[in-house]
Amino acid sequence: MSAATNETSLTGADIVLKALRDQGVEVIFGYPGGAVLPIYDALFQQNDIRHILVRHEQAALHAAEGYARSTGKVGVVLVTSGPGATNAVTGLADALMDSIPIVCLSGQVATHLIGNDAFQECDTTGITRPCTKHNYLVKDVNNLARTLHEAFYVAKNGRPGPVVIDIPKDVQFAEGSYRTPADSMPKSYRPQVKPDLNRVEEAVDLLAKAKRPIFYVGGGVINAGPVASQLLTQFVRMTGYPCTTTLMGLGAFPASDRQWLGMLGMHGTYEANLAMHGCDLMVCIGARFDDRVTGKVSEFSPNSVKIHVDIDPSSINKNVRVDVPIVGDAAHVLEDMIRIWKARGKQADKAALATWWEQIEFWRARDCLKYEKTSKVIKPQFALERLRAAISGRDDVYITTEVGQHQMWAAQFMPFDKPNHWMTSGGLGTMGYGLPAAIGAQVAHPDALCIDIAGEASIQMNIQEMSTALQYRLPVKVFILNNQYMGMVRQWQELLHGGRYSESYSEALPDFVKLADAFGGVGLRASKVDEVDDVIAEMIRVKRPVIVDMCVDQKENCFPMIPGGRAHNEMLLGPDEKVENATPEDGMVLV
Amino acid sequence: MTVRPASPAPTPAIERHTISILVDNEPGVLARVIGLFSGRGYNIESLTVAEVDRDATLSRITIVTSGTPMIIEQIKAQLGRLVPVHRVHDLTLEGPFVERETALVKVAGTGEKRVEALRLADVFKARVVDATITSFVFEVTGQGEELDRFIGLMSELGLVGVSRTGVVAMSRGPGGI
Ligand SMILES: Cc1cc2nc3c(=O)[nH]c(=O)nc-3n(C[C@H](O)[C@H](O)[C@H](O)COP(=O)(O)OP(=O)(O)OC[C@H]3O[C@@H](n4cnc5c(N)ncnc54)[C@H](O)[C@@H]3O)c2cc1C
Ligand SMILES: Cc1ncc(C[n+]2csc(CCOP(=O)(O)OP(=O)(O)O)c2C)c(N)n1
Ligand SMILES: [Mg+2]
Repeated sequence: MSAATNETSLTGADIVLKALRDQGVEVIFGYPGGAVLPIYDALFQQNDIRHILVRHEQAALHAAEGYARSTGKVGVVLVTSGPGATNAVTGLADALMDSIPIVCLSGQVATHLIGNDAFQECDTTGITRPCTKHNYLVKDVNNLARTLHEAFYVAKNGRPGPVVIDIPKDVQFAEGSYRTPADSMPKSYRPQVKPDLNRVEEAVDLLAKAKRPIFYVGGGVINAGPVASQLLTQFVRMTGYPCTTTLMGLGAFPASDRQWLGMLGMHGTYEANLAMHGCDLMVCIGARFDDRVTGKVSEFSPNSVKIHVDIDPSSINKNVRVDVPIVGDAAHVLEDMIRIWKARGKQADKAALATWWEQIEFWRARDCLKYEKTSKVIKPQFALERLRAAISGRDDVYITTEVGQHQMWAAQFMPFDKPNHWMTSGGLGTMGYGLPAAIGAQVAHPDALCIDIAGEASIQMNIQEMSTALQYRLPVKVFILNNQYMGMVRQWQELLHGGRYSESYSEALPDFVKLADAFGGVGLRASKVDEVDDVIAEMIRVKRPVIVDMCVDQKENCFPMIPGGRAHNEMLLGPDEKVENATPEDGMVLV
Repeated sequence: MTVRPASPAPTPAIERHTISILVDNEPGVLARVIGLFSGRGYNIESLTVAEVDRDATLSRITIVTSGTPMIIEQIKAQLGRLVPVHRVHDLTLEGPFVERETALVKVAGTGEKRVEALRLADVFKARVVDATITSFVFEVTGQGEELDRFIGLMSELGLVGVSRTGVVAMSRGPGGI
């Protein structure tokens, strides 16, 4: 065959690597198997792209998410067919919910075997269709390069998300022609990034007239790149208005700024939630009115005019009706807002704003995150405050979390002045996310301090990744707030199920210090208040993977809390404030 | 211009919409659309699909769905963000349009019933596309309700089975989509 001898023709596996290089990929996270051996062979024969061998495919996805979120680049994953692909599903769903750009390559059985229940065959495109932004099965090697480039375009443009490319093994062996990225634009997918300026004018007018305005900012501002955070900060400061961020938006606006009210929502601050409830103008930028944020939708911010900036039209008017929808990229929209605000000589209503801030400061004075100071037991909040003190002044700290109470405390107590330094599983709430995500962040920032704030239950879901950390000398820190409970579950059982702690006690825990040791890392434990600082200092000092077993109060609950089905002004502020009549019936069914 | 907060409407009415979508004719595109509807709990009253432009490999999907105005808006936004979707048109909102459906209706019987079936077929402008001594297959085209009525009448006259195409639709006038 002449095509095979043509010098521009490459094998499918070589096309994959060439396309990855042309996309600027430096590192991929993966796990080998029969259906991807040709790609692994091609990997072996080159030095441009680094491969990080994880210990479970789910972790490859989370590591790629950590890498992507901490760099703004696309995270790349390589897994085999069948179980490799099914193990990847949780990570794909996680990336879809949190809008993280991922390209995941999976091996597939040879094209002539597809549909035959061949060894390690599964319908990967079928299984991953609802948990990816898009997916492809490449049956012709001559479509491979174009598909790969298109996948990167789709993953990072518009609302970012995970894309799967399923590549049968015969296609990896076959020879075909290469195409460049510029030659491979998708036919139909063109997300709108520039807003309708009339809408922006309208928004600016409303902003200037507002008496009780608030900025409600989400992960979309982080998706829009660091420049969006800078523009946001500039605009919020120009107006003098208060700003709150979602769990996913932490870092989009500096936490050290007085205009920041903290996180809002179920475990958000008193001042943020009451300001959302009482505002007359809400400017939502890159947030999606999630149920953790709105509480009872029918009573959500009942008297406000709502402006919503989002790149995805399907986020607008999904849960909450808004008055001024603006479709576009957050950075573009903010740039236009600032320009128009200045050009029209707009000013905030100073008197109204002063009254509004007075009200907010009154709420803030409740000091809703306060907790009992005691020397008898380590309060989880205390441990995090000490961690915060130990890292203050450093700007090379990346925090990830698992899922549970510790995650919420981390959100409340860790300060983020910049975007891309905070990685957490918000939408799917995936226990087991934090350690691999910290590994991904550490791969991208080898000299930084990468800390997974963990729970003793969650960490066991991907603890095997300690091996990965050791193998690649990644000095990640696992900071376990060990309360010997699935604390978040226990808290709900306490509030809503009569304190019947069904299966939420963490029985038969491993000795985490010995476990760290067994993996070849460093294990540290603090069980008394006066050990906390030393353990934290040692954790930071050693340049190796560390597990810290921070033995904290077993009974502590996370407040403030808006119980399911309640409105923002029905917050519980502490253990002594019980919910009257528990939760309304319709609230019980909510998670 | 003054904007007042959108007040939550008092239980909005369910509306029926006919949506026309132009998509790349590639494997899996129909699964994506159907998966979107089942996964998000939207209604499908009817769905038809066929290639309409061979050179550009484009297919048109026509979907009849129902929901509150907010749901209908969501459906269109969700369809619009599928990668192989080129355009989404809400024919119900975009002006007058025609909607047609075809059914094949098999009726078996003899004597008076057979004669009556043939007579009614004539009233509904149904064509006989197959005939035996004891049966007919009628082809009838029209609006969905017309077909319902015809089929309803045939059920008294020896209806054996029905096959329907689902709705196809197009806007009136010279404008294309
Ligand atoms: C145990 C637990 C408790 C939680 N409690 C809370 C809580 O108290 N408070 C809270 O806030 N969250 C909480 N969450 C997280 C919550 O579930 C959601 O994940 C989170 O609120 C969503 O954040 P977001 O609205 O910023 O949207 P994201 O999920 O970050 O979505 C981003 C939005 O921005 C848009 N977008 C993307 N790119 C751009 C761009 N370039 N320009 C413009 N727009 C863009 C997207 O289309 C999308 O609509 C909790 C999660 C867990 C697991
Ligand atoms: C994979 C997965 N399974 C189950 C859950 C439900 N869940 C949410 S929080 C939680 C308990 C987490 O316990 P731990 O890691 O100890 O954290 P803590 O709440 O005690 O801080 C559980 C089981 C989940 N979020 N993810
Ligand atoms: Mg715990």
